[in-house]
Amino acid sequence: MTSSASALVDVQGLVKHFPGERAFFGLGRPRAVVRAVDDVSFAITPGQTLGLVGESGCGKSTVGRTILRLIEPDAGRVLIDGLNLLTLGSRELRALRRRMQIVFQDPYGSLNPRLTVRQTLAEPLAIHHLATGADAGRRIAALLEEVGLDPGFATSYAHELSGGQRQRVGIARALSVEPQFLVLDEPVSALDVSVQAQVLNLLADLQQRRRLTYLFIAHDLAVVKHIADQVAVMYLGKIVEWAPAARLYAAPRHPYTTSLLSAVPVPDPMAQRRRIVLTGDVPSPAHPPAGCPFHPRCPHPKKDARCRTEPPALREVAPGQLAACHYAEEPL
Amino acid sequence: MYHRVVRSRWTLTGLAVVVALALAALAAPLIAPGDPYHGHLAAALQAPSRAFPLGTDAQGRDVLSRLLFGARLSLAVGLASQVIALAVGLTLGLAAGFYGRSVDAVVMRAADVTLAFPSLLLLIAVAAAVKPTLPVVCVVIGIVGWAGMARLVRAQVLVVRRLDYVHAARAFGASDARLAARHVLPNVLGPVIVAATLGVGGAIMAEAALSFVGLGAPPPTPSWGAMVAEGRDLLRVAPWVSLFPGLAIGLTVLAVNLIGDGLRDALDVRA
Repeated sequence: MTSSASALVDVQGLVKHFPGERAFFGLGRPRAVVRAVDDVSFAITPGQTLGLVGESGCGKSTVGRTILRLIEPDAGRVLIDGLNLLTLGSRELRALRRRMQIVFQDPYGSLNPRLTVRQTLAEPLAIHHLATGADAGRRIAALLEEVGLDPGFATSYAHELSGGQRQRVGIARALSVEPQFLVLDEPVSALDVSVQAQVLNLLADLQQRRRLTYLFIAHDLAVVKHIADQVAVMYLGKIVEWAPAARLYAAPRHPYTTSLLSAVPVPDPMAQRRRIVLTGDVPSPAHPPAGCPFHPRCPHPKKDARCRTEPPALREVAPGQLAACHYAEEPL
Repeated sequence: MYHRVVRSRWTLTGLAVVVALALAALAAPLIAPGDPYHGHLAAALQAPSRAFPLGTDAQGRDVLSRLLFGARLSLAVGLASQVIALAVGLTLGLAAGFYGRSVDAVVMRAADVTLAFPSLLLLIAVAAAVKPTLPVVCVVIGIVGWAGMARLVRAQVLVVRRLDYVHAARAFGASDARLAARHVLPNVLGPVIVAATLGVGGAIMAEAALSFVGLGAPPPTPSWGAMVAEGRDLLRVAPWVSLFPGLAIGLTVLAVNLIGDGLRDALDVRA
């Protein structure tokens, strides 16, 4: 996961802290900062998919949005094809935005209710001077067909479409500027299970056809299993485990990953499996626990004083596999 | 949108009433049966009759004629002041909600000051400084109304600008101006237009209050609010002096609200 010259997306030491508001009309003591993203680094090679998984509130969406500079990070570097996104001026940034796009979770909030599908798709084409007039019409029809929608939908408003259709329009909008890199921010979490599969298949097809690079954000390891090449597990703003997908599912090293995997439903009522039910809530990212951030909920039998005082470093525990656990050599 | 407005019967009714009132106000010198400024004391406080369809006031002036001439002032103040409030409130509210931080702080504190300051006191201060002419009255009432409008717009913008389609537009490189004009503004307009139409009634009443304390249009210029005020002591003996201008205010407010409702429905693509 260390930075490499071949990576399309290279994130180094990304930090985003949201300042706590001051209580009492802005005069009181400021509340603690929320460490939404705390020193996150990863790289994605072209054509690959990184699955970024964690519970809600762990900072995974903030990572996705910070990479696209929809949120300004506090520290770190984001290199897209070697260009540092965070030091670009607004003109260069706008040009670079063509190369990276985002698909959102909520298909209802992600389309402007006052625009038709055609207007929605024509806007990015116009901004980047890709097509206007009849040419734009042809491009839009082709885009709709590519995401599996009838071009007749061009005159529809968002409220006339189903959740799955809206999500396809959102994908078409992202594709309209011909990006190389897509942030998929829980793109199927809000959809019915049957529609989820269709959209996942569509995303896989598009990746092959257009040689796209994905950052696939999900709160569920099962969703990314079939699409991710690498998987990163986040907890309280930090990556706690990183591994090639097959390796992570077969032999997780961090107790948090193990417990997440045990929560994945198995469609076989007779299957023997050990459930690890985590107790307690995710601690507030404004007040992360000392030592290992996972220690208050950790089910590992060897948990000891070291876990409560010394934060474990993310280190290589097997070839290509990294985990931030003092006892990663003795997985659950 | 045109078809959507025309399709609604109630909206059309409201539109018809406002247009009729406006035409009557414009044609007042032609259609008024009597002199709105000078009456005959001998004919004071007469009940509605064939000679005076809506009766006469304490100075013997024909109430119908004063109502027709008063429509000019009241409608002008009601509409013009809300246009001013809307223009100022929309611009500043949009800026506050969109840019946040220091812009937001400055605009919202200014709104707080405006709302905290007794508006009548402001009106009196302005009236004391300059002669209260019609434009001055409109501007002052509009200025008083901007703060509420700005708060409403800001609150709506704060909701809309967090929606993903705004993020999506930013992600494909839309400029701030484009974000505001195409993605934020159209989606905050609905409640704002309704609030503005409700404000028309309030503005007519505000002008009445100004006239009441003698800071509106100077007598004997007829205004609906002033007429209601003049008749307040006569409610037992001559209720028509206050009743008919009161009804005119109510009818105007109702009609403008019907238009506002229709506009809101027409602007809502989901309807």
